[in-house]
This record gives sequence, C-alpha cells and structure tokens, in this order.
Amino acid sequence: MDAIWRRMNLEAIYILWLRDLTRYFRDWVRVILSLFRPTLWLLIFGTGVNNLFQMQKMNSGTDYLHFLFPGIITLNLIFASLYSGISIIWDREFGFLKEILVAPISRTSIALGRTLSGTTVSLIEGFFVFLLAPFIGVKLMASKFIPLAVIMFLIAFTGTALGVLIAVSIPSFEAFGIVANFVVMPMFFLSGAVFPVSSNLPGWLKYLVYLNPLTYGVDTLRSILVGVQVFPIWFNLLILSLFGWLVLFFAVLVFNKKR
Amino acid sequence: MKIIETKNLTKKFTPSLCSKCWRTLQGLFRAPSLKLWSVSDKNKTFLDKGAGFTAVDNISFQVEEGEIFGFLGPNGAGKTTTISMLCTLLKPSSGEAYVNGYNVVSEEAKVRQSIGIIFQDPSLDERLTAWENLKFHSLIYGIRKELIGARAQEVLNLIGLSEWRNEIVRKFSGGMKRRLEIARGLLHYPKVLFLDEPTLGLDPQTRRHIWDYIHELREKKKITIFLTTHYLDEAENCDRIAVIDFGQIIALDTPQGLRKLLPEDAIFLKTVNDEKAKIEIEEKYKVTVNFNNGGIFFSIKNGEEFIPELLKNLSLTVKSVNLKRPTLDDIFLKLTGREIREEKIKKDDWFRGILRSHSRR
Ligand SMILES: Nc1ncnc2c1ncn2[C@@H]1O[C@H](COP(=O)(O)OP(=O)(O)OP(=O)(O)O)[C@@H](O)[C@H]1O
Ligand SMILES: [Mg+2]
Repeated sequence: MDAIWRRMNLEAIYILWLRDLTRYFRDWVRVILSLFRPTLWLLIFGTGVNNLFQMQKMNSGTDYLHFLFPGIITLNLIFASLYSGISIIWDREFGFLKEILVAPISRTSIALGRTLSGTTVSLIEGFFVFLLAPFIGVKLMASKFIPLAVIMFLIAFTGTALGVLIAVSIPSFEAFGIVANFVVMPMFFLSGAVFPVSSNLPGWLKYLVYLNPLTYGVDTLRSILVGVQVFPIWFNLLILSLFGWLVLFFAVLVFNKKR
Repeated sequence: MKIIETKNLTKKFTPSLCSKCWRTLQGLFRAPSLKLWSVSDKNKTFLDKGAGFTAVDNISFQVEEGEIFGFLGPNGAGKTTTISMLCTLLKPSSGEAYVNGYNVVSEEAKVRQSIGIIFQDPSLDERLTAWENLKFHSLIYGIRKELIGARAQEVLNLIGLSEWRNEIVRKFSGGMKRRLEIARGLLHYPKVLFLDEPTLGLDPQTRRHIWDYIHELREKKKITIFLTTHYLDEAENCDRIAVIDFGQIIALDTPQGLRKLLPEDAIFLKTVNDEKAKIEIEEKYKVTVNFNNGGIFFSIKNGEEFIPELLKNLSLTVKSVNLKRPTLDDIFLKLTGREIREEKIKKDDWFRGILRSHSRR
C-alpha cells in the first residue's frame, strides 16, 4: 500500500496535467457550456423561485438568488470535476489510455495527474460563476478570495477523485450517461444547494443530505459568501478533505489492481 | 541472451464480480434491436466467459536479438493478449515472460523502458497536434528536454510527415495516423518494437511503404521487431513465424519452412474445351483435375514455373489461367484439419468499430 504512494512521479503528473489542460482549452464547446449552465440556473430558475419567495424571505433573511449562488458554484464545480474524472473512460475508448498505461510511469501518477487536472479545470469553471455575481448583486471582496479558493479546491478535488473512482471501476462507456444523471444531479439536489438544510426536513431526506459530502462544501461556501451556516467550518473542511482523500485512495487502489 | 523469452505463458480471463454485475445490468437495459447482433453468440459470451476463458494457453517461444518475429493467426487467436502480457499491460495468469532480460511482472518499469509498441487500435490523442503527441511521449518516457526537438524531427522525417507537424491529428488520414504511431513508438529508441497488425486498414502502397520502413529500421537501428498479422503474404517479411490459434502455437518456422508444409499452388484454367483439357492434363502430369465454376483447377508444385510449360504443351487454346498461392486458410486447414474460424461480431466490438471509424476519420 505504501509502495503505491511512493511510486508517484512528479514529472509524469505534471505532463499528464499539462496535456489535459491543453485539451480543455481547445474544447470551446465545453468552456461555453460551463458558462451557460450557471446562467440558466441562476437567471431562470433562480429568478423564478425568487419571485415565489419574495414576501417570505429565506430562513436567515437573504434573498433566494443569494442563497442559490453558492449552490450554483458547487454545481459547476461538481459537473466539471466528475466529467474530468470519468473522461479516463474516453481515453480508454479512444485508445490513448493504453499509450499512457504502457509508459514507464506508475498508475498512481496517472490517477493523480488526472485528479489534479480535473481539479484545475473544475476550479476554472467554478470561478466562471463569479462573472454572474454583479448581475444578481452578490458583493465580492478581495479578502474572501483565499478562503473561497480553498473550499472550492476541496470540492473540486473530491468531485474529481470520485469521477476517477467511477471511471476505473466501471468498465464501460455507458457510465457517462449514468454519471450525469444518477450522480451529479442527486448530489446537487441533496447538498442543500437549492433548499436549506434545516431540522424541518423529513427524516429520510435529512439523512441523505447529511450523507452527501457536497453538503459540507455548499455550507462552507455559503458561510463565506452569504454569512449563513449550519455546521462549524472546521467540521466541513475535515469531512470534505477526509472524503476526498479516501475516494482518491480507493481509486488508486482499484486502478493499480486492474490488470 | 534471448531478447524475448516466454515459458508456459498463459492468460485466462475470469470476469470479476463487478464486471459480472455490470454485464447483467447491461443485458437488462440493452435495447431490444441490439439483441439481434448477439443472438447466436449469446450463449458463448454468457456461459463460456462466465467460467473464464483461456485466451493464451501455455505458449513458450524465444526471439533472437535483431530478428523480425511474426505472430500469425485468425481473429481471437490470442495475438493481442500475448503482446499485452509482454508489454506489461496484462498480468499473466501463469508462466513467465522476459523482455530484454527483464521479467514482465516484477520488473515492469524496466520492460517498459525497453519497448515501443504500436497498438492494433488507434492510440493517438486526436485533439493534440502531431508534434504535441510526440512531445508528450518523449516527456513521459523521460527523454531529456534538450534532445526532444531533434528526435521528434528525426522520426517525423522518417515517416514523411514533417509538413504536418503542427496539424491536429484528427485531420489526418488513417494511414498518416498509423505512420505517426510508428514514429512515436520509436522516439525513445526501444530495443524491441511491438507492432500489432501494423498495416491494418492501409492501402497496398502504404502497406509496402511500412514494410520497407520496418526492414530499414532493423538494419539501421538493430532493433528487434515482434509483429502480428492475419496475412500469410505479409508474414513472409518475417525471419520466423509462429502460427497461433486458440491461444496455442501450432507451428513455428521460417516462412520457407511454412511454405514447405504446402508446397503446392492451385491453378485455375479456362480453355475452349475443359473436358478435353482435364483428360489431357491428368494424363500428362498425373494430377487430379476438378471442375470449378466454368473452368478447371488442380494443385501443383512450383505453379509459377509450371504455367509456361503448361501453355507450351497443352494442345488446346487457353482462355485464361490463374495461379493461387496458399493463404493462411490453407495453412490452417493443413495444420489443424479445419477451416479458419469465422469472425464473430460481438456487440461491444461492433460498437467500438463505430467509434473507431469515427475517430479514424
Ligand atoms: N479483456 C478480456 N476479457 C475477456 N476476454 C477477452 C479479453 N480480451 C480478449 N479476450 C478474448 O481473448 C481472445 C483472444 O483475443 P485477442 O485480442 O488476443 O485476439 P487477437 O489474436 O489479437 O485477434 P485479432 O486478430 O482479432 O486482433 C478472444 O476470444 C477475446 O474475445
Ligand atoms: Mg489483436
């Protein structure tokens, strides 16, 4: 087990990262889509629901658009990171994965390289959402940048690690659709992104929300941006990073075992 | 030292629990129309493979340094599986294999440094340019940065794609991609080059070009070449050939040696009077002559030299004459007493095929 981690090779990780980013910036459709998704959610869904809630403000007195904003950042982060993670399956279908697998680098580096590139892409797409902040009146301060970057990194990292784990465990191509429909959306809806995590939720729903690692990410983001929080920050950070590393560890383990 | 050596190398595919579940799930959700593709094959995939499937069965062989060694066999014979084990991509179920003196299981990093491989399926990153593909390869193989430019240029010149270096690979034709893959496999100066069906899907001209190039490589760089093919005529470019079927080597010899198994060529003949011709030839040359749609045919040694003689001596006017040299099918029939297996279209392969044809465009 120890050997698996010792065998990672920094240079290889960097090269794999560089390749993924080169590909990303060539794929304009993906870049534009990542701008379009939050626009749709915030401006259409958000504005619509905001209208509904205009009279009765959300539990803490913020308006719904502001409440939703951190949730949409999370949506963009998780979409991008899971997608990057499972794009290992694309590489497998198009054969390039074999070129990487047969090279004199360890599988641990391959998994880490993909996790880091996915995290980077996801962070870029996550920060895109801030372009919409002026339109809905969310105030940004330079001092919030570092805490935001830290928590967004953790969410992105966890999501990508999860994507890599899915990609290395599921042998086929159909996983793409499954992930989009059965992983991203439930994780998003059960994270407190669109409704507040409060004690009035029915029991089953509450537990699902508590089980979802994203919940703790959304909560932290919201506390930084809107000043509302349910759990203590240290707890959120601990859960997210533990979950992220655990998932990555399993992904590396599975990947190393597959031969 | 032998550059490649295998002892009782075996690969048995046993589906893991995870893939079994996945297969079942896929079966449940498969669109009804797709079932048509696998009706006849269904029992095989679900029963045979469920219990495990031996793709490579106890093979042992040795390859000398500098040799061109060929694996000849029909679809599904186990050629790619063998290469995958030699390249450390698959773990042997039992037996041992050494490449360049290193064990493929315990010294996989050293094996990987010593080999270059051109896979059967395309394996380029189509979103990158030719140059970027080469650069990526150089970097992950740890070639020193100051050497990369010169080496990449050298291999690009070799395959004649220098003007295309900054084009995205997706725009390349299938043959150009193949050549680029060969170039890439050579970048890190491997001791052994594995070529899994190097000329698959190429036109005859490019095919010849690639063969010339393989011979040139062997002479210039002294590298050992291990390749697989379906075609007997192509296998004749090798120094030695192993014929493989159902995961076993059923013959291992030089091309001349294999030819000796089948010394006879078939001659197809059309004359003004086939009945008479049959009698005349049977009398003169002591061979059995058979009728074949609108003509006659028979087997004879050294067909090429026989034809002029036949034309000179036959009293009847010949309308057409055709020589057929033995093919892989004939060798198979001779060695195993049965026809070559039919290629089966499995659903997955069919789907991959579609993907591939898209990516080859
Ligand atoms: N991952 C796998 N799991 C189960 N069976 C496999 C797997 N890979 C290959 N096989 C089976 O092993 C056998 C040998 O396959 P292999 O790819 O080595 O054939 P091949 O000689 O390369 O054929 P071709 O000429 O079509 O490339 C086939 O019957 C194939 O279905
Ligand atoms: Mg093959």
